[in-house]
Amino acid sequence: MAGNAALRTFAKHWMKPLTLIALAAPFLFLAWQWLQVLTGINPRAMGTDFVTYTHHFLGDTAIRVLLVTLAVSPVRDITGWGPIALIRRRIGLAAFFYAALHMIAYLWLDRGWDLGLLWEDMVVRTYIMLGMASLVLMVPLALTSNNSSIRKLGRQTWDRIHWLIFPLAILAVAHNLLMVKIIYGDPLIHAIILALLLGWRVARWSIGKLRPAAAA
Amino acid sequence: MELKFRRHPDYQALRAEMTPHDIYIRRRELLAAAGFAGSAAMLGGLPAFAQTPSAQVAAGAAVAAKKSAYTIADQQAAEQDFNEFCNFYEFGLNKDDPARHAGKMDVSNWKIKVEGETDAPGTYDLRDLIDYSQLEERVYRHRCVERWSMVVPWIGVPLGPVLAKLKPKAGAKYAQFLTHLDRSAMVGLAYGGLDWPYSEALHLNEAKNDLAFLAVGAYGKGLKQQNGAPIRTVVPWKYGYKGAKSIDTIRFTTMQPPTAWTVANPREYGFYSNVNPKRSHPRWSQEQERVLGVGGFNPQRKTEMFNGYEAQVGYLYKDIDLIKYH
Repeated sequence: MAGNAALRTFAKHWMKPLTLIALAAPFLFLAWQWLQVLTGINPRAMGTDFVTYTHHFLGDTAIRVLLVTLAVSPVRDITGWGPIALIRRRIGLAAFFYAALHMIAYLWLDRGWDLGLLWEDMVVRTYIMLGMASLVLMVPLALTSNNSSIRKLGRQTWDRIHWLIFPLAILAVAHNLLMVKIIYGDPLIHAIILALLLGWRVARWSIGKLRPAAAA
Repeated sequence: MELKFRRHPDYQALRAEMTPHDIYIRRRELLAAAGFAGSAAMLGGLPAFAQTPSAQVAAGAAVAAKKSAYTIADQQAAEQDFNEFCNFYEFGLNKDDPARHAGKMDVSNWKIKVEGETDAPGTYDLRDLIDYSQLEERVYRHRCVERWSMVVPWIGVPLGPVLAKLKPKAGAKYAQFLTHLDRSAMVGLAYGGLDWPYSEALHLNEAKNDLAFLAVGAYGKGLKQQNGAPIRTVVPWKYGYKGAKSIDTIRFTTMQPPTAWTVANPREYGFYSNVNPKRSHPRWSQEQERVLGVGGFNPQRKTEMFNGYEAQVGYLYKDIDLIKYH
């Protein structure tokens, strides 16, 4: 194929830096909005309720980046383009980065670092517990998202740990669905995309079990 | 053209002294006397307006009101925040949706249907219900169930006397307020979630409390559609959704009527919905609120029982378990 050389060049020189820029863009955008508010250039850059705006922006970004992480393998398997798997770990790390910022924004802007309030939230409110659980499960994945961890743990153990992305993605989307007053719009779209991404894996797995040769 | 006409200072001045019947019967004569040379021609071009004189303050038009003792000293929310940060699900779920879509709802020539347990059922012009020369401004704290508040200078009249004018029967215990249903303008209806038209209700004892208010304006102007033009209830000791916007029906009932949020989720939203820091929403604590519209970092304040109006309304709920009957 004629495009192969160009694709190879892209994978080798451009894919990783471009991914990094794309993953940093939401953060830079939010930082720019905060700067406008703090400096008074545009006090309304984030509307009326910028605590909620910040909090939701970070949470939505975390979930979307997490869904992109989960989309990498299906894209690779469908297109047959292997190098895309090289950016999967950094996308996953970005999801953790945004989820952690989401949590910090909640603790700081919303709860004012009041751990008593946090404890009450955790115990009483299911959706907060689900969100916390999701973030906690992301920690071992984030810590081992590097080459030396793969070497140390061995590919099989590493894969087994990183299988946690499935339950933690379900927890994150459930957290998103349960927090709204009326289930509609973005949380519903997130849930549908997650269902497709997981459904695709289940379908592939069951086909593979039935016809192992065809799945290879 | 119609708006320009209504905003004319001569007309405003005259209007304050007129009863609705007078306007209706002597409209041409009065307008001529007020110096509208071309008024006959103008009215000829607006037959609907000429035949059914609209009584309300136009959305966004200046309106005069006397100050009221019900004025809290806290910093008021910026008018722009009041108008651009709204919950009016008929126009969409996002806070900025109502400001973008609600303008399409026609609120001129507004009528209110009065029905149910009343000796005075019928269709009323707003001027039949409200004496526009007696408007007062009340600065209330508006506490949303979503844990934020804004201090708003409402303009209107006390609710109780208006309901009394509508002669509820002896057996009537509740007043139900239904929001106008405009299927072409209300682009948010498709989202579902709530039963339309939006329904809210108060026990008549609550409605008679001096704090219960019928607002037609805010910030010295007629209410805009996104905030419930041309007329809405404001019940400051309850969460914001207890205020019914753009009311087109008032119904008196003997039984507690179904109310929108209570029907949608009775565990989270009770009939009373009094502001109560001790009764957490199942998904968040109600002990604090973010103060919006005052600039800076959305400062937090402690939520007060009955939103700070305990002295005025506490007697209504003296023997009621407000955690159970929230």
